[in-house]
Amino acid sequence: MNRPIRKVAVALLVLLAAMFVNLNFVQVVKGSEYRNHAGNSRVLLAEYSNPRGQIVVQGTAIATSKSTKDELKYLRVYPQGPEYAAVTGYYSFVYGTNAMENAANSVLSGNDNRLFGSQLADLFTGRNPRGGSVELTLNKAAQDAAYKSMRNPDGTYRRGAVVALDPTTGAILAVVSTPSYDPNKLSTHSAASNAKYYASLQPKKGDPNPANPLLNRAFNQTYAPGSVFKVVDSAGALKTGIKSTTQVPAPNSYWPLEPKRTDPCPANLQAPCVENFQGETCDNGTTATLAFALAKSCNTAFAELAVNKLGAKGLQDEASLFGFDGGQLDTPLGVSRSTVGTAKVLADKAALAQTSFGQRDVRMTPLQGAMISAAVANGGTLMQPYLVQKELGPNLSVLTDTNPKQLSQVIDPTLDEDLKAMMLGVVKSPEGTGHAADITDIAGVTVAGKTGTADTGIFVNGKQTPPHAWFSGYALLNGNPKIAVAVIIENGGVNGSETTGGLAAAPVAKAVMEAYLKSSAGR
Amino acid sequence: MANVSAQLRVPTRRNAELLLLGFAVLITVAAEAAVEATRDGRISSRLVTYAAVPLAIGLITHLVIRKVARYADPLLLPIVVLLNGLGLVMIHRLDLGLKQQAAEGGATYSGAAAPTQVVWTAMGVVLFVVLLLVVRDHRVLQRYAYTLALAGVFLLMLPAVLPARFSEVNGARIWIRVAGFSLQPGEFAKILLTIFGASYLVAKRDVLALAGKRFLGIDFPRGRDFGPLLAAWLVCIGVLIRGHDLGTSLMFFGLFVVLLYVATERPSWVIVGAVLFAGGAYVSYQLFGNVQTRVGVWLHAFSPVHFDDGYQLRQSLFGLGTGGIFGAGLGGGHPELVPLPATDFIISSFGEEIGLFGLVGLLMLYALFVARGLAAGLAVRDAFGKLLATGLAFLVALQLFVVVAGVTRLLPETGLTTPFLSYGGSSLLANYALLALLVRVSDAARRPAQVPPSKATPEPETVPA
Repeated sequence: MNRPIRKVAVALLVLLAAMFVNLNFVQVVKGSEYRNHAGNSRVLLAEYSNPRGQIVVQGTAIATSKSTKDELKYLRVYPQGPEYAAVTGYYSFVYGTNAMENAANSVLSGNDNRLFGSQLADLFTGRNPRGGSVELTLNKAAQDAAYKSMRNPDGTYRRGAVVALDPTTGAILAVVSTPSYDPNKLSTHSAASNAKYYASLQPKKGDPNPANPLLNRAFNQTYAPGSVFKVVDSAGALKTGIKSTTQVPAPNSYWPLEPKRTDPCPANLQAPCVENFQGETCDNGTTATLAFALAKSCNTAFAELAVNKLGAKGLQDEASLFGFDGGQLDTPLGVSRSTVGTAKVLADKAALAQTSFGQRDVRMTPLQGAMISAAVANGGTLMQPYLVQKELGPNLSVLTDTNPKQLSQVIDPTLDEDLKAMMLGVVKSPEGTGHAADITDIAGVTVAGKTGTADTGIFVNGKQTPPHAWFSGYALLNGNPKIAVAVIIENGGVNGSETTGGLAAAPVAKAVMEAYLKSSAGR
Repeated sequence: MANVSAQLRVPTRRNAELLLLGFAVLITVAAEAAVEATRDGRISSRLVTYAAVPLAIGLITHLVIRKVARYADPLLLPIVVLLNGLGLVMIHRLDLGLKQQAAEGGATYSGAAAPTQVVWTAMGVVLFVVLLLVVRDHRVLQRYAYTLALAGVFLLMLPAVLPARFSEVNGARIWIRVAGFSLQPGEFAKILLTIFGASYLVAKRDVLALAGKRFLGIDFPRGRDFGPLLAAWLVCIGVLIRGHDLGTSLMFFGLFVVLLYVATERPSWVIVGAVLFAGGAYVSYQLFGNVQTRVGVWLHAFSPVHFDDGYQLRQSLFGLGTGGIFGAGLGGGHPELVPLPATDFIISSFGEEIGLFGLVGLLMLYALFVARGLAAGLAVRDAFGKLLATGLAFLVALQLFVVVAGVTRLLPETGLTTPFLSYGGSSLLANYALLALLVRVSDAARRPAQVPPSKATPEPETVPA
């Protein structure tokens, strides 16, 4: 009987091999698929079983973890709710994480390799592993003022964004994108209420102009910069030897393809012809100083400069110094790329002329808008914008402390003095469009900037929606740069009127700068 | 003096057994320490319990073996003590997990299983000791073959004829539930029927081995000799029909076919058995809804059609997948998310926490156990002993395979316990009885021919008619 017993043993060995192969298949080959399967709550339970680190602004937590009694042991809460949502993002067990919750996840969750020592200590002392915290560069006063200024009297919020920077370091002082959303409602432990709220934030079907509360307009929406782009033109022009006081051609109409032509632009604006807003006259109707052209925002002057003095290459080079068409900014939140358009498009003089006053293919994020003013305010030195000041371990040991980094020198410091004077003229001179941004009640403060009114290119019922209103500016305290701000109010202007943009956006910028300068950090 | 020199030449290996038992206790204690460190962050005095239980099982059984089965295989007992100990640790760990789960849901968990399992273990050890003391020579069992068979069939049929409220748990009528106690008589029946099968086939093997028709180059048995196999097949189908118990019927049939094959040395029995099995499987699939469900879940575990009834298998796969190669560590996973984590799905619980490496280690323990059982079958001199040892070892192997294949989606899940590891009194008691018999046969296998069976009067070697 021994022969069949041996054969039984061989058969059982085959069964053992089958189990072994199948276990390898289930645990190794399919392992990660099963681990990350939507029906598998294990990974999630593990993530929620430890307190997540805080996101801190000036000593106050804007995202923190609260222990609960349910299965997911810690609930993520955002005490300030929608105000900081664009920065904090949400921490949802249905929709995952975004913004800072995503970018700083390894530190917040405590899984960062740099926390290895602390993880090891937790293992031996039996303490629950804890996440580290992230200290942001934001300023409460500036952020509060920015968010509050975007509110309508009826409690709704205007669509738009505000970004404020410290020009000397690049530290981001305020990031507001409105309308915002309440991250608390996306971070609840109820899948149903999560889903319901998430659905309410999605664009309605067929809406040509949805509100998109989940979109961080400050970093991830690009707009035509409108006349704000003339600051870039001006920097380029100053480099060619033109001074703020130099008389430059500023006709009532400018035909980029036919330099000799002087007849007015046709009413339908189909022809390649540039005129000023509402066909206004710039100074004497033939020439104006560069400073006057910027203050009054004369399109023809800058179109002529771009075509005849800078050229496509000159404009692109200057814009790239300011950050257009540059590498990915890592704040660490992702920032959409701002661009002046392709060289191919700019080779067309008509397109180049339009680009000079911020139309055609040129697009920028509100952050880029703030970077323009920050560079001018800081003597021409553009600093890299950053949002995270410090990353701290659970024991408050400093993991990283961000050092300011220079991104570029957009203009020579001596030439920059001229540019500053020109931007001051926008706010101070009689012909300036940005009076609404001026701060007069704080001693030693000078405000400068540039307004913009940008066509949206969005048509509802065959009519173009009202233009976006821009303001980008900065405040100096006793000559030292303190804060640079960019504000965009979507559809905040009136078609064809430059001053309306200034009227809508400039007061918001003023409020932010004023609040910051009055706070302890701004002094 | 010839006897003495023969004894000296065959080492008893009892000290090796003692050393291995020490390792088994150490591993169990280390596993419990890992659970407590992970769950509570500290090691409590409960650890003493988890050292004492395997130590007590090991020492008592070891001393009894030293006394009455001194030539027994030294690996069988330590493997069982280790499996039993690890099972206990996992059951305790699942208690902690389920308790926490209940607390988070605002309920209280009152079904702590680990203390009960300790009681069952103690009873299992008592049964083991009694069996070893009473059955001094395995050949005695042949005399009671028919009595045992009758008892076995009775136990097997009992839950099926009892009203459902006494016998049904989770849709399977395989229990006897009286006054808060529940027993699965099928677990005991499998051993009784193994004894009967071995005894019957030893008596009838010459007849059954007679060649009938030759077909495709294989000698098939004579038609009239199909009787016993058909009877076994019918019993299994009966169990399936009344009890909805896929696993037990599969086990019995597999066991009987293997015993037939080993007894007659004719592969044709395996072919006939396979054909009968296929036919039975097909018919039961056509007839029984629960078989269709199990097969459907197996084939389409992730389909929305099986969203509810496939939940358990999916969770089992998720647990195994999350465990991956090295596992989440004992106490570090969430095996309590799988329904029935301590009984049918204890393999998934281990797979999640000790990973592929640990699980393969467990499989190797079983492989070693089965190999030692088969080795005893090879070495023992009497035909009954050979069949008995092979049958018992095969039972353990087949049961493990059916369980592992079920929870890892290699085959449809059938609802069996994992020997020595799973929570459950019947399973534990029955498997300790199985161990006692294997120890007894292995003792006979290794005992020098000159040494008479310890103290017991020698039994006649002839088989009662």
